[in-house]
Amino acid sequence: MEEQVKNISTDEQQEYVINMGPQHPSTHGVLRLVVSLKGETVKSVQPHIGYIHRGIEKMCESITYPQIIHLTDRMDYLSAHINNEAVCLTVEKALQVEIPDRIKVIRTIMSELTRIQSHQLWWASFGMDLGGLTCFFYGLRDREKILDIFEETCGSRMIVSYNCPGGVMYDLHPNFQQKVKDFIKYFRKILPEYDQLLTGNVIFHERSKGIGKLSLEDAISYGVTGPSGRASGFSCDVRKHEPYSAYDKVQFKEILFTGGDTYFRYVARIQEMWESMNIIEQLIDNIPEGPYAVKMKPVIKLPEGEYYQRVETARGELGAYIISDGNKNPYRVKFRSPNFVNLSVLNHIAKGFKIADLVAIGGSLDLVIPDIDR
Amino acid sequence: MLLNMITANSLQLVSAPWWRVLYDFSSLTKSIDEGLNNTMGHFWTVVTEMIIIGVLILLFYAVIGLFLVYAERKVCAFMQNRLGPNRIGPFGIFQTIADLIKLLFVEMIPIKNADGFLFNLAPFIVIIAGFMALAAIPFANGLHAIDMNIGVLYVIAVSSMGVIGVLLAGWSSNNKYSLIGAIRSGAQIVSYELSVGLALITVVILAGSMQLSVIVEAQRDGWFIFKGHIPAFIAFVIYLIASTAETNRGPFDLAEAESELTAGYHTEYSGIKFAFFFLAEYMNMFIVASIAATVFLGGWMPFHVGPWDGFNHVMDFIPPFVWYIGKTFFVIWLMMWFKWTFPRLRIDQLLTLEWKYLLPINLVNVLIMAFIVLMGWHF
Repeated sequence: MEEQVKNISTDEQQEYVINMGPQHPSTHGVLRLVVSLKGETVKSVQPHIGYIHRGIEKMCESITYPQIIHLTDRMDYLSAHINNEAVCLTVEKALQVEIPDRIKVIRTIMSELTRIQSHQLWWASFGMDLGGLTCFFYGLRDREKILDIFEETCGSRMIVSYNCPGGVMYDLHPNFQQKVKDFIKYFRKILPEYDQLLTGNVIFHERSKGIGKLSLEDAISYGVTGPSGRASGFSCDVRKHEPYSAYDKVQFKEILFTGGDTYFRYVARIQEMWESMNIIEQLIDNIPEGPYAVKMKPVIKLPEGEYYQRVETARGELGAYIISDGNKNPYRVKFRSPNFVNLSVLNHIAKGFKIADLVAIGGSLDLVIPDIDR
Repeated sequence: MLLNMITANSLQLVSAPWWRVLYDFSSLTKSIDEGLNNTMGHFWTVVTEMIIIGVLILLFYAVIGLFLVYAERKVCAFMQNRLGPNRIGPFGIFQTIADLIKLLFVEMIPIKNADGFLFNLAPFIVIIAGFMALAAIPFANGLHAIDMNIGVLYVIAVSSMGVIGVLLAGWSSNNKYSLIGAIRSGAQIVSYELSVGLALITVVILAGSMQLSVIVEAQRDGWFIFKGHIPAFIAFVIYLIASTAETNRGPFDLAEAESELTAGYHTEYSGIKFAFFFLAEYMNMFIVASIAATVFLGGWMPFHVGPWDGFNHVMDFIPPFVWYIGKTFFVIWLMMWFKWTFPRLRIDQLLTLEWKYLLPINLVNVLIMAFIVLMGWHF
């Protein structure tokens, strides 16, 4: 009898389990978090993934290399262009194709525009996670301008598929340079407005400072990359350490903080938008002349071997790993997606905080669910 | 016959300017009362008046509720670079009516294992709480349903009844999110009730009465927010914060925190029952705003500046009801403003704000106000 009473009062018996997702406003997609609560305090978070698994890696084995690019768009749809680039760079590396400067510069500008629009959408939805609904519309308003630029040049707004092995699909639109310059001028004025609305707000500080602290050791051992990792002091910017495309030609800072909490993850992303604008400004005025694509063979066959290339997407390090057996289809493709790795740290940093903090932490990790499941 | 009575009444008050008589509803209500008393007995008069006032308040409730939903959508669209509703009718003014008609026809989904009786009862309790509070509010000179001598206390008591409905809704829904929302709401409203009460007490000390009509009358030569020095202003700010929290609106909308609890305590409600919660939220906002307008901003009293007689006369021409509605909507606009710009607080921060900051400030504020009134330092 006494034993029974004891059992009831143990923590396991008092656990209050709620399912956040797969349909939930703050998981930004079909992610299911099984959250054990004690009162409002989170005891553990178990992410259940696979609700949007499409088998992209397996599908890649039966299609050709130019076709793979269109699938990579569907992984992290907010950095679609950068995902394309990862595959293209791997293929070009395998074939040892020399890429002209014009292509490199175009790719870099497009990547940075992609990064800015991704961070804008992140800011919008992060504000909404914290309950500031107005942020959402501010973020989307400015993102629209970049999407318009994409639409003009790539013919598509979000899922651009602009890269192809050996270059890009089409040449730049004649308006491109002017429009990008206009955008940078506009956004340099608008970005401080973001700070006024959210960064300077005392409620926001209370909600974000000291919440979900990720130490440098944990960031490295979990492999958290991107702005989330750099906010903990983990110098992991692929653009800096292993420059690809035109990143070796431009001057930019790697944004590093040591705080590692939600607030610093937030500030890191805001600062990255400033840095991205710097990079674009250095390149936009001197895009070299030349062809927009290298002539490639109609059927691309990689020589037998294993190839790996990593790029820096808006969320962290994306690795494309291709094993070729000499055919027109790859033997095996594996993507090291940043979101899958970043998600793994959620339980570790959300433990002991409130439900509202869990939402804030999830928002600050900037998860894109299709990239987790692939 | 009624018109004759009004003119007869107004002739008695020759000394007062004609517009003041015209804008005075007490003569109208008094003559209606007398007319009814003459034609039928006292009992039936009371019954008839209750029905008339009930219907009027119900209509007012519906109209104001619908208008506020529209206003909120327009204000929020304005804050967010959008147009807001603009399809149905000019500037989309019939949008909320269309929404209401839709909600009337929407199926009410039965919930498995829900406590049916409490589940159905909850929206009515929320609505009734707001409905009762509306009875004590003076809309214009002589235009209120009941003028109790403890009006302020009555309003505080009745408006906090709504939390019972919220708790019942969360408990009976058989949904974990709803339950968390309801518990949050309970903790929140019980805490902020204190601040609302103390902020109002600050003014009650200044006015020397709890009767709302007396409080308004005392502000004839200056609104309390100006009259009461800094303590009255502090009380106003605290009242604004605490009453926003009490009505479960952003940045204190933890009970229905969309990004955390999907829709909080009314997650499982659909159709007209959901509309009840929705309307009640806006009506509660209207009620707290009109209390703020009555107690701090002079109710239906026009704006007067001491020696400027010409200016004061011009202000007198604006009907009291317009003054009252104008002030109320000013306060409502303030509330909407900070709902749409601030992020949401966390539950522990919310309680910290109340118990560690607002309550001590409020207590000191009441003491200072009492001291000022004792020394006669107020204007």
